[in-house]
Amino acid sequence: MKKRGPIFTWVVIAASAVFVLAPLFPHDPESGFHLREFGRLPVLLNGRIKPLDTVARNSLLIIHGRQTIHLQHGATLSAIEWLTELLMNPGQADEREIFVIRNPDTLAALGWGVEAGKYFSFRQLFPHLQEIEQQAELAQKVDGQLRSPFQRDIVKLYERVLLYHRLQNSIEIPGTDDFKSDIEELVKTIHPSTTPMESGISPDALQRYAFLAETGYFFPIPPVPPQTDPQQWRKMGESILSFVTAGNLHPAVKAYAAMASAYAAGDPETFNAALSDYGGWLQEHFAARAGKTHVESIFNTLQPFYSAMVIYVLIFILACASWLVWEQRLGAYAYSLLIFAFIVHSCGLFTRMYLEGRPPVTNLYSSAVFIGWAAVFLGIVLERFYRNGIGSATASMVGFITLLIAHHLSMDGDTMEMMRAVLDTNGWLATHVVCVTLGYASTFLAGFLALTYILRGSLTSSLNQETARSLARMVYGIVCFATLFSFVGTILGGIWADQSWGRFWGWDPKENGALLIVLWNAMILHARWGGLVKQRGLMVMAVFGNIVTSWSWFGVNMLGIGLHSYGFMESAFPWLIGFCVSQLALMALGSLPLHLWRSPVEMQRPTSVRTVAATS
Amino acid sequence: MFTNTLAQSRAWDFFKQPFRVLSSLRLTVVCLGLAMLLIFFGTLAQVHLGIHAVQARYFQSLFVFWSPPGAGWKIPVLPGGYLLGTVLLINLIAAHAARFQFSRKKAGIILLHFGVILLLIGQLLTGLMAQESQLRLDEGETRAYSEAPRETELAVIDVTNPDYDQVVAIPERFLTRASTIQQPTLPFTLKIRRFLPNSQLVMRGQDSSASSSEATNGVGVNIAVSEIPRTVKDDERDLVSVFVEVESMEGALGTWLLANAISDPQSFTCSGRTFELVVRQRRFYKQFALTLLNFTHDRYAGTDIPKNFSSRVRLVDLERNENRDVLISMNDPLRYRGYTFYQSGFDNDDKTSILQVVKNPAMIIPYVACALVALGLVTQFSMHLFGFIRKRNA
Repeated sequence: MKKRGPIFTWVVIAASAVFVLAPLFPHDPESGFHLREFGRLPVLLNGRIKPLDTVARNSLLIIHGRQTIHLQHGATLSAIEWLTELLMNPGQADEREIFVIRNPDTLAALGWGVEAGKYFSFRQLFPHLQEIEQQAELAQKVDGQLRSPFQRDIVKLYERVLLYHRLQNSIEIPGTDDFKSDIEELVKTIHPSTTPMESGISPDALQRYAFLAETGYFFPIPPVPPQTDPQQWRKMGESILSFVTAGNLHPAVKAYAAMASAYAAGDPETFNAALSDYGGWLQEHFAARAGKTHVESIFNTLQPFYSAMVIYVLIFILACASWLVWEQRLGAYAYSLLIFAFIVHSCGLFTRMYLEGRPPVTNLYSSAVFIGWAAVFLGIVLERFYRNGIGSATASMVGFITLLIAHHLSMDGDTMEMMRAVLDTNGWLATHVVCVTLGYASTFLAGFLALTYILRGSLTSSLNQETARSLARMVYGIVCFATLFSFVGTILGGIWADQSWGRFWGWDPKENGALLIVLWNAMILHARWGGLVKQRGLMVMAVFGNIVTSWSWFGVNMLGIGLHSYGFMESAFPWLIGFCVSQLALMALGSLPLHLWRSPVEMQRPTSVRTVAATS
Repeated sequence: MFTNTLAQSRAWDFFKQPFRVLSSLRLTVVCLGLAMLLIFFGTLAQVHLGIHAVQARYFQSLFVFWSPPGAGWKIPVLPGGYLLGTVLLINLIAAHAARFQFSRKKAGIILLHFGVILLLIGQLLTGLMAQESQLRLDEGETRAYSEAPRETELAVIDVTNPDYDQVVAIPERFLTRASTIQQPTLPFTLKIRRFLPNSQLVMRGQDSSASSSEATNGVGVNIAVSEIPRTVKDDERDLVSVFVEVESMEGALGTWLLANAISDPQSFTCSGRTFELVVRQRRFYKQFALTLLNFTHDRYAGTDIPKNFSSRVRLVDLERNENRDVLISMNDPLRYRGYTFYQSGFDNDDKTSILQVVKNPAMIIPYVACALVALGLVTQFSMHLFGFIRKRNA
């Protein structure tokens, strides 16, 4: 018996490892185009150099709401396959039904009924573009928070259509038959001149390239070596125009043109050859950058946070099951899997830090990832001490929920944004922001531990006194930890503000939110020391900490005011309210008279102030 | 002798009960709870009141009042920040006075609470002593004063002597109600006729004979003024207007309309001297001058996301023989003679730099307080933790 335990544990972990690493070994697409390599080409967008694959995924996420397109008969189209098609064979891309329209008012405004379905292609939307633009312009005159659901929807649709249109015009103008020969023709016929009209270029071509320069979404053309300054990246149209005025066609223009023509002609060999030539050129001149883009593309493929999320669910089930049957064995599986999931989660977190060159928390998305990570770490520590499945169950639940939140936050596009000037200081991001976020994570963990106590105690008879006491110690310890980090984090925030704006404290909503967490944790500790609450009171108070923290984390952002606001997140609002209501309900459950509870926790031995103070 | 001690002990009994309440943990918990309510409602109120009004009403006050819309009365609904801060401070000090016994086990607790006391006192001192203002400089411009963005003053400038101006500045609080202002160096008195905390000025049309202006002199004769609600937005400011009547020994000289929106001074003569009147942002003069050499605004490649702002300024201080270039950028201020200059904003197509100017003698306190509290918390909790681990291993 005893010997089989560890072997099984390793089997479980090996199976999980296979699950995590599987995306690295896909079946090659039949088309023969090396699109994975194509997806690794670096481009500049929103101030950051990133692989085309990232651009493809984020754009598809915004336009379609997913990172892959599900075709008929179970086939799928990956983001980079879609983007390549959009860039180099737009006619076919326009037929893909990727625009999701759910709002019946939006459908009606475009002349469709609900029976038209919810998926539309660009071709179908094309006749309505003017209407969409007009409606969006009307809606944009209304302040963001006051817009009706229809107005919000139409503005979003307009933004998605615009993004699609700009993406489509990033390499060549849709309708170009043979981009490569166009460029070759250009090289042959014109004599570069500072006044474009004198170079011999046709007015029509000049207009087309100017349009390309203006409309293009990303910057595919790297600086001319030996320059490396990010400001020197160019859009396709800009680079062609600069050839017209100054000569020297950039090799990247030739490479993209060759790939575009080969792709349109369905010629994988030529495409792959041009791609590999260009890859070689990049390696020669931008080797330093190539590493990061490569890592990012692997990171995209692996999606470590998604894998971790799935494993957390499994851990939660195992840990809960361990309270009913096979306590030792299931508990051990859950614990080892928790460590494995934590490693996967950490890999994701550290890769992001490497790619951004930043401390872990830079925006709301990364705060969610980090809160989950920290909570899981604390959960492992608790489980290491107590080995009763509680640390595993609670940590995996917090890990899952925060990664789910992160997933929804990523719908807005690139999660590795450049930092605005005010926030552009790694020192403060690494101290203040990390401390405050650790405060969030530990307050949540304490709250969820308390939830475990309340649910198990009131609904099941599985909570014996020993477990109850150990839970009380865990919650108390985590609340202490939370007090420390939220206090230090909040004060560090004040000092940052003093250093940067000259005021220590300004009663800004986000500052107030952080202060509320400090006060609440301090209140729990003082109430406990003063004997005002005992075990169950401590639990009920800890659950309220979830409400306070979610208010500070999300609620204040929904006020839409203050220096720290990230924008109005209308869709998250009902969820926040729902969460708070559920927590209040659980607090009520926790406050029921003891005889209504199924587990006999908190027996008659009264814990006086002195003994609590002495033992805690 | 006996009666004396009895009397003393009676007196002590008399104080014992209140002292017990003041030093109780129960009071701490109640105060913390009330503080949470105050902060929560103070945050919500910012949506409608704006951050500055909320600061005054919720946090820098003894009570938060509420009155039903349209009613003339108000009732206190919550203790304000000053009251709660004071009670917490007394509670903390009393609790430590009552139960103070120094032991190694309690060192952390004492340290951290001392830090909290220091923090509260520091915030009180900052509230009382800190002075915040702004310095707006166009490229090439030199100034030796900063301005309070939300406070105005009425300046009476004697420009008779071509070599220097003599200025009498009257703070806003004297302008808000109808009153008469006299100043020994001025040969006239100023009567405040009407004060509008926020206003809109419109040029009067030629045919508009409807309501004649209250102003009889200056540009105000042709301007119609209407009062508008005070702004709650952080990035807007109120535009004050005030009608001032000037009265000399010889009789009334007329009524002028003075306003933030009228930036040019309006002049008149009295007793052979020439005076100018202007309403402007309250000024704080410095012993040194700053010149903006140039302002830079970097953006990330291919975006409008600001990467950095910075102002290169020339600092000239004749008193101390300083004459040098300084670079002020985001997160990197200039500290000089008790003032700190922060890069705060820009305007005018990147040609104007706005610096936040702060003078806060209590600035250092939060730093010390934070260190004490952090040290105290770490000491206390690590003692818990090690105690716990030792017990488990035993």
